[in-house]
Amino acid sequence: MQLELEEIEQRVGSDVHLYRQSLKLTPGVINVILGATKAGKTSLMRIMAGLDQPSHGRVLVDGRDVTNMPVRERNVAMVYQQFINYPAMTVAENIGSPLRLRGEPPARIQAKVRELAERLHIEMFLERLPAELSGGQQQRVALARALAKDAPLMLFDEPLVNLDYKLREELREELTLLFASSGSTVLYATTEPGEALMLGGYTAVMDAGELLQYGPAADVFHRPSSLRVARAFSDPPMNLIEVTQSSEGLRFGSGVTVEWELAEGLPERMLLGVRANAVALQPTQRSAALDAHVELAEISGSDSFLHVETAVGDLVAQLAGVHNVEIGSAIQVHIDLAQAYLFDSAGPLLQMPIALKGGR
Amino acid sequence: MALIELDLAHAYGANPQKDEDYALLPMQLRFEDGGAYALLGPSGCGKSTMLNIISGLLAPSHGTVRFDGIDVSAHSPQQRNIAQVFQFPVIYDTMTVEQNLAFPLKNRGLSPERIRQRVGEVAEMLEISHEMNRRAAGLSADQKQIISLGRGLVRPDVSAVLFDEPLTVIDPHLKWKLRRKLKQIHHELRLTLIYVTHDQIEALTFADEVVVMSRGRAVQVGRPEDLFERPAHTFVGHFIGSPGMNFLAASVDGSSLKVLDVVLTHDRNLPQGDLMLGIRPEYLEIVPPQTPESVAFEVARVQDIGTYFLVACRRGDVTLKVRMGPEMIIPTAGQTVGLRLISGRTCFYRNEELVL
Amino acid sequence: MSGPIKPVNQKAWWLVLPVILCVAFSAIIPLMTVVNYSVQDIISPERRVFVGVEWFMEVLRDEDLHEALFRQIQYSLSVLLIEVPLGITLALCMPAHGWKSSAVLVVVALSLLIPWNVVGTIWQIFGRADIGLLGYTLERMGVEYSYTGNATHAWITVLVMDVWHWTPLVALLAFAGLRSIPDAYYQAAQIDGASRIAVFRYIQLPKLRGVLVIAVLLRFMDSFMIYTEPFVLTGGGPGNATTFLSQYLTQKAVGQFDLGPAAAFSLIYFLIILLFSFVLYNWMQSVGTADAQEKSHG
Repeated sequence: MQLELEEIEQRVGSDVHLYRQSLKLTPGVINVILGATKAGKTSLMRIMAGLDQPSHGRVLVDGRDVTNMPVRERNVAMVYQQFINYPAMTVAENIGSPLRLRGEPPARIQAKVRELAERLHIEMFLERLPAELSGGQQQRVALARALAKDAPLMLFDEPLVNLDYKLREELREELTLLFASSGSTVLYATTEPGEALMLGGYTAVMDAGELLQYGPAADVFHRPSSLRVARAFSDPPMNLIEVTQSSEGLRFGSGVTVEWELAEGLPERMLLGVRANAVALQPTQRSAALDAHVELAEISGSDSFLHVETAVGDLVAQLAGVHNVEIGSAIQVHIDLAQAYLFDSAGPLLQMPIALKGGR
Repeated sequence: MALIELDLAHAYGANPQKDEDYALLPMQLRFEDGGAYALLGPSGCGKSTMLNIISGLLAPSHGTVRFDGIDVSAHSPQQRNIAQVFQFPVIYDTMTVEQNLAFPLKNRGLSPERIRQRVGEVAEMLEISHEMNRRAAGLSADQKQIISLGRGLVRPDVSAVLFDEPLTVIDPHLKWKLRRKLKQIHHELRLTLIYVTHDQIEALTFADEVVVMSRGRAVQVGRPEDLFERPAHTFVGHFIGSPGMNFLAASVDGSSLKVLDVVLTHDRNLPQGDLMLGIRPEYLEIVPPQTPESVAFEVARVQDIGTYFLVACRRGDVTLKVRMGPEMIIPTAGQTVGLRLISGRTCFYRNEELVL
Repeated sequence: MSGPIKPVNQKAWWLVLPVILCVAFSAIIPLMTVVNYSVQDIISPERRVFVGVEWFMEVLRDEDLHEALFRQIQYSLSVLLIEVPLGITLALCMPAHGWKSSAVLVVVALSLLIPWNVVGTIWQIFGRADIGLLGYTLERMGVEYSYTGNATHAWITVLVMDVWHWTPLVALLAFAGLRSIPDAYYQAAQIDGASRIAVFRYIQLPKLRGVLVIAVLLRFMDSFMIYTEPFVLTGGGPGNATTFLSQYLTQKAVGQFDLGPAAAFSLIYFLIILLFSFVLYNWMQSVGTADAQEKSHG
């Protein structure tokens, strides 16, 4: 089904929860809403589900205006953070509840319940009560129930956030596989940029009630339209350096100048943004070297994060592998300019990294 | 600052018979004075139980806890002089930030000047000096956690600071700030810090040594890089790393290794018979399909994760994951590639334990 | 489409209709009748004269009314000052888990289950020197106790009766509130070396605030309209020492059959309670609002 939000706005009293925005969801893929805790993700989901009415604008399903249709009549399935299941029903009854409401014959219900339980690896718990299961298992029951409903619109509000990280990884994989085969429109809210990228699909970035950008996840990541998007969609945070125009190109605050082909009409002062993985210990074809003082080294096994202090500010470098650099040592870091973004201090993206110009 | 030694087991019931009766199986652990440790494991592995035993909120049913050689098993948290930061911020709502920080010192009867000085020092270190007169209830979650932490640090003779999944309620981009702050504090104060978490990134970045736990057992204790490069147990290989280690069944016969019905040669001193081969996605190399000593796989899926690519390769019903940096040549879905399974980084396991 | 949010489901109003009719029949229409009476002089069922606000003026000038109001305020304040701290203390002592907890809960709640006039009767008999345990014991101890003859004794007895009857309500509410405090707060306080009093002052009391608002409001409203128990116990005496506002009103309306002034007084009574409750509620909420405002800007 095609879900579209047209000029939606939501105000409660004098507070604006959602600024005017329009969004057309893409069916057949996972649509991720990415944003910090109070960004408005849940408010947006509730409007899509029909739990709340917007103060302005329309919700369109396959072209039909459903803004005033109560949620009971819309065909929506929703999974919450808090593992919500019917506590007095067994797992099998929980999963089968949407089917029973629809009036399916018992034999079919039983078969479907078994099939879904097997897909989510909870078939051995069918006769237990939800309270007897662990968090991850309870959430799988909730997921199975949502899938049983087979609704054209499925909403997931940070469903994995209360699970431990390995379980989160496993369920995320399962979810992507489960949705690959269904034709529903899926919406998934999260605060983690990494999760948005791992789920793939399309990502909508929200910040403080505003919808900033919507597009394929990797696209939005590599081509943020503004500073706010780049900030919201980076983990670790993006390094930002103030630069001014100079005769050869750009001048850093510390005095270092680099060659850069600038387009016409760019402001005098800009912000150069590089993600942590573009800051390295070795120079690249086009890099700027900065003297740095190591404040902190964090080893996570597959990556090492180096926090350094430089004349242009504090930077974070993400290096592959294990790098045990002594705290306090003086090193040189190299900023790969081919992967650098230029932002206007007020926000919009001015120039894309050269590395991306070739198209990826 | 204290050296903490654990030689204990913990069961909730009276007469534990089998492994399942134990919350913590018999173990011996040593936390050096001034070290930063992490207790890492999935939910239910016993890490919170262990933390509560160390802090004194729980007494072990068998065995002892020693601080600097003294048996403190029956001592309360107060007596052990530890500080604890909980999962959600625990602050005194009616007090200001300054009063919150001063509270533990007031209870110990320190003089007002000393209190003011100490609180000032800690506030400076935590970068909250400008918020001193605000009511603590009005702050954001990460600031509240910092205050919880500050209350622990403010006592000059604190023996250890314990953290129970403290970043659970914090937003991702603020997690970075807090993690950095914790590491800086450790570097400056050299306190014994013990951090419980189920998030491997938090554990590995924070700790000098990580205790990986599963089902009440300390599976491996080691430095982050050792846990990553040479996991002593398949659980560690699986749990650490995102995604975890790839595992394949293999059997050794002389100097040939049979895996996925392909025979490869190896030059290691491997024991004969059935083994489990483990190799991390970061170390799995993709080579052209017909390269000798490689196994052919079909690329099932390529995911762009922003700073790297995850390539899922399938052969039969086995899927292996490969992590590739953006500078490498990324294959496309449907392509046939070769994977070099045996390299310097491959680990071999028998009965889940590392053999080579 | 811009504009106010339209109600989504009109059918819900049909379900509420029977309730509206019941409430109208049993409460709203009688209330309107009272308002009607309050502006009329009912000389006889046939002759009614509209007198405007005359009854209201008369009632407000009534000296006896002022005294009764004063007595009532004293009473309600005493009730609050005793029952709220006592109830909280009781809740702090009640066990939280296990069979002991259930047993104590039942015992504590017993006095709440007794019909109010029976409560009055219990204490009436209890306090008698000839057949009541309390009266008899006090007399044997040499105390000249008489709740019928001595105004102070009557007051104290009525107060003690109310405390006995209603403190469990405060205790139960506080008990529920205490259960909702996560363990981590107590653990943190233990680690911080806080004394028992500090734990109460800085953790338990702040977290009980929501529950206390309810307890205080309930006890205030109930005590302000109290009728049955003191009436059964002392009949308002000796003299009018324990004649509280509701009894005074009833005397006027039923006893003297002065419907007009009584109706006016009813309305004034209603407004007094409303005003006090409103002020009290807002004051208690404002203590919490300071926090909430800081939170939203923090």
